[in-house]
Amino acid sequence: MKNDSRPINLGFSDLLHFRWPIVALASITHRITGILLFIGIGFGLYGLDMSLSSEAEFRALASILGALPGKIILWLLMSALAYHFVAGIKHLLLDLGIGETLEGGRRAAMVSIFFSLTLIVLAGLWVF
Amino acid sequence: MPDSSAAKMVTQVTAMSRNGISDWLIQRLSALLLAFYTVSLVIWFLMTPSLSYDQWQALFDTSWVQVCALVGLLAACAHAWIGVWTCGSDYLSDHSLGARAVIFRFVYQTTSILILIVYLLWGINILWGT
Ligand code: HEM
Repeated sequence: MKNDSRPINLGFSDLLHFRWPIVALASITHRITGILLFIGIGFGLYGLDMSLSSEAEFRALASILGALPGKIILWLLMSALAYHFVAGIKHLLLDLGIGETLEGGRRAAMVSIFFSLTLIVLAGLWVF
Repeated sequence: MPDSSAAKMVTQVTAMSRNGISDWLIQRLSALLLAFYTVSLVIWFLMTPSLSYDQWQALFDTSWVQVCALVGLLAACAHAWIGVWTCGSDYLSDHSLGARAVIFRFVYQTTSILILIVYLLWGINILWGT
């Protein structure tokens, strides 16, 4: 008998039915933060451009980064970098064969989430 | 599609450049360099709480800072290009989008590379432009 209700392709709504083990969550977040950083390079260059073009622009940038929207953007980008950095180091260690087991991978994911959350909080304290 | 290297960029699905090993290596080496830059920058900013325009301007007037900044930007762009390419080949696949996937990949990759070229030219202009 043919089962016609078998899904042929996965759509976005199927994402809700997946199980999301911590290792998978850690991995997709690394990917999302990577894309955010790709966009973030633009923000970085914009800031560098302002800061170096004249003293007035330098001060204008300082006041943008002193106001709430600027602070939030700065903190979000720092958070993306913090997460991507910690998870990236984890990735490199796993590439070297360190912790390359299911249990090891799970522990590494938890440790990297813990470290990056700490860094994200510290970045928040620095910015705000 | 003609078998030019530009066509290969979008039709090939296992690697962005010649082979997966070189992509893999470039991404690891650039990751290490970027990690080093990130740590250095954070330490530098923590040690320089009140930065004046003159200090900042003088710093970026020295050629070693300009060269280091450009090397960092190049590493970030190479790393991002491989990373962004990988994401595109995972999601904009023939499997998920069918035969038209190659068109989506072409648009996606062209947009990404244009953004990266703008980043590089912009960076060079900031560092050496007047
Ligand atoms: C300007 C900064 C950066 C940008 C724009 C960026 C962007 C990206 C992107 C888009 C990916 C692809 C994600 C994926 O394949 O799932 C990626 C992967 C990666 N990034 Fe970064 N990244 C940056 C900085 C860093 C830093 C500082 C590290 C430090 C260790 C790092 C380590 C890695 C590693 C190891 C991978 C490979 C992951 C894999 O093969 O699945 N990145 N990055």
